[in-house]
Amino acid sequence: MRTSKKRRLYLLLGCGLALSAATGLSLMAFSSTLTYFLGPREVLAKNPAPGMDFRLGGIVQVGTVNTVITNNTPTTHFRVTDGRASIPVTFTGVLPDLFREGQGVVAIGAMSPDGSFAASEVLAKHGSTYMPKDVEQSLKEAGKWDPKFGPPPDASTWNTMNVKASGS
Amino acid sequence: MIPELGHFALALAVALAFAQGVIGVFAPGLRDPRAMRAAPLLALSHFLAIGAAFLALIYAGVVSDFTVENVADFSSSLVPLIYRISGTWGNHDGSMVLWCFILSLCGATVAAFGGNLPASLRARVIGVLGLVSGGFLLFTLTVSDPFTRIWPPPLDGAGVNPILQDPGLAFHPPVLYTGYVGFSVAFAFAIAALIEGRIDAAWGRWVRPWALISWCFLTAGITLGSWWSYYTLGWGGYWFWDPVENAALLPWLTGTALLHCAIVVEKRESLKAWTVLLAIATFSLSLSGTFLVRSGILNSVHSFAAAPDQGLFILALLGLTVGGSLLLFAIRAPALAAAGVYAPLSRESALVVNNIFLCSIAAVVFVGTLYPPFSDLLFGVQLSVGAPFFNQTVLPLTAPLILAMAVGPLLPWKRAALKPALERIWLAAVAAIIVMLVMTEQTNAITALGLGGGVWVVLSALSDIAERTKLGRVGLGDSVTRLRAMPRAAFGAALGHIGFGVLVLGIAGMTLATQKVVVLNAGQSADLGGYSWTLNDIHDAPGPNYAQRVADVTISDNGKAFLTLHPSRRMFTTPKVITNDAAINTNGFQDIYVVFADEPASGGAELRLNRHPLAPEIWFGGLIMALGGALSLSDRRLRVGAPARKKKAKVAGVAAE
Repeated sequence: MRTSKKRRLYLLLGCGLALSAATGLSLMAFSSTLTYFLGPREVLAKNPAPGMDFRLGGIVQVGTVNTVITNNTPTTHFRVTDGRASIPVTFTGVLPDLFREGQGVVAIGAMSPDGSFAASEVLAKHGSTYMPKDVEQSLKEAGKWDPKFGPPPDASTWNTMNVKASGS
Repeated sequence: MIPELGHFALALAVALAFAQGVIGVFAPGLRDPRAMRAAPLLALSHFLAIGAAFLALIYAGVVSDFTVENVADFSSSLVPLIYRISGTWGNHDGSMVLWCFILSLCGATVAAFGGNLPASLRARVIGVLGLVSGGFLLFTLTVSDPFTRIWPPPLDGAGVNPILQDPGLAFHPPVLYTGYVGFSVAFAFAIAALIEGRIDAAWGRWVRPWALISWCFLTAGITLGSWWSYYTLGWGGYWFWDPVENAALLPWLTGTALLHCAIVVEKRESLKAWTVLLAIATFSLSLSGTFLVRSGILNSVHSFAAAPDQGLFILALLGLTVGGSLLLFAIRAPALAAAGVYAPLSRESALVVNNIFLCSIAAVVFVGTLYPPFSDLLFGVQLSVGAPFFNQTVLPLTAPLILAMAVGPLLPWKRAALKPALERIWLAAVAAIIVMLVMTEQTNAITALGLGGGVWVVLSALSDIAERTKLGRVGLGDSVTRLRAMPRAAFGAALGHIGFGVLVLGIAGMTLATQKVVVLNAGQSADLGGYSWTLNDIHDAPGPNYAQRVADVTISDNGKAFLTLHPSRRMFTTPKVITNDAAINTNGFQDIYVVFADEPASGGAELRLNRHPLAPEIWFGGLIMALGGALSLSDRRLRVGAPARKKKAKVAGVAAE
């Protein structure tokens, strides 16, 4: 009996230790590594401090992708839009295969002092019809798309389309 | 006509699955021998029905029947045959059919080869599998029907996404799904045992081969997927801590734990309730892995297009399966008393330590994966939890696991002393410390820790084998005889540990990877990782259903050219997509990896150059692990099958000594 009680004590002790270690590590990591996911409009509203990492999600604005080569190193500039606001992005590196104008993209990085977003990583979605959730929301709020009436309009038209006055 | 037949077969399968479920679960209570015999027959016919449906779907894909929406949306007449076939499971609806097909295959296997199981346990296992299968088949039939017709049919299909046109991806889903779904059998055994209210060594012996098979497939599936993303996505990474990847890792972690503690049930009749809980958890995580991703709750780079209307159905099914089995566990678990007693320092305790750490890692990964959707739901804040979180939490928890996993297999059952075990692996310890010190000097602490840990695990497993064969102490011929006499399960386990050690080496080596993005004109060169990389030429080349531009890149070391790579850019026409086909050269210990990213308007080629030390070890490690599992599976003791119940299973742990 004594050994089985002792064993149970060791077991509980071990589990408790591992559990508290896991919890502690998670909390520590949460406080230092959580990154926010912001759309262009939220970026303009919240104005995140330069150097603070976050994820910028939206659609690559049509006609804005431009690559500049300096010293054999290419830097790509483009704008990410949610239909109402857009943020300039710079990225050095290889863009994913599915990166295209008018398609959903998630960029990870931080704002630079000059007001552009310096991306350290750019992710494009596998699905060709993918639309980030907040972009969808934003398009709906802007009155540019109602899912009831079919697929979203082409991204190139977002900034020029007639916008319904909000509230009407 | 064929798709209609397939659709009918699918509907038939739903009916058969539910009949199998209800009859299987309740037959033993009725004490009706006809009902008991009916369950395996229903399982076999259920398997045949889904098999017919699956074949019908593949047929529609092969003949490019574009009146079937699934084929029209995800295939085209220009796609090579193999991708027309693999395309049937490369999309949401079709993959559901594959999933159910494998599940019914599991049920049919238990029905066909479970002759040595007690009749009531077998009927209940088959019944539980039938109920699970019925639920998901109903989902497939009603909400995501792959046989939907469209009229008028398009002239040609929309095509297979070109990055999916790859042999790696053709085989990745079936292998991974077999791993996921295979754990359903362990789950069914757990539920059946809970219904019966008893678990003994024989139960452990029946469950373990199933857990082992699924674990092998899951390991191979994850390895294949990681390798695929490494060489096709052109990012040069192997693991991104993406929700979909985590969804596969979670059942792997708990499945590994299950594998280890089923040994304790089998040999020592201890940890019974815990094993049952792990079986339930592993299958539940497999289910969540397959379906949370589809429900659109988790936001992932890899996911199929989200279909929110299907989410509710899936959540209800998940809730029913997981909630129901946990409820049953709560009611019945207290009845599962442990028999074996063991000291705090023993093989049993080592396996408990393994379980505690694996489950802690699983818990951390689970929290990190599910926190973002919850924070969105509860606080309306869109957050993302990325690689830094997982690196900071998983690494500290893996380190003690690595430390312990070398010692555990050397400890005897019941009661052990640390000293004799450590005497056998002091060499490994010394080598690991030397590696760690040297690498800390040359690189950084984390890399050194990883490399040292990998060396420690590999060498201690090797010295365990050497010890068992008395290598060096008796003649070589005698050692070989001993090696052949060694139980395959023991050898497989050692191989599994070696595989993990090799994987750790690979991951540690990849922290030293170097990369560079350059734009070069023909004749220009760039320096990276001690090599000089020269672009010779860019030219056109033909391809089967794409046109391609190829860059010839020569890599030289100290002016001596030793390698020419040909990365290409492929332009597909249906759908209109350009992909980068990375050129990779491996010598087994290092990958040289070149991506032809773009042709800038100003001329030349935009290249991404990578040097990845020890990258191949990541996939070798995964394969060695799966191989170790397969070898252990072929052990005579498992193959001959379970002993009759109640007969005391002979403890044959360290029989080779």
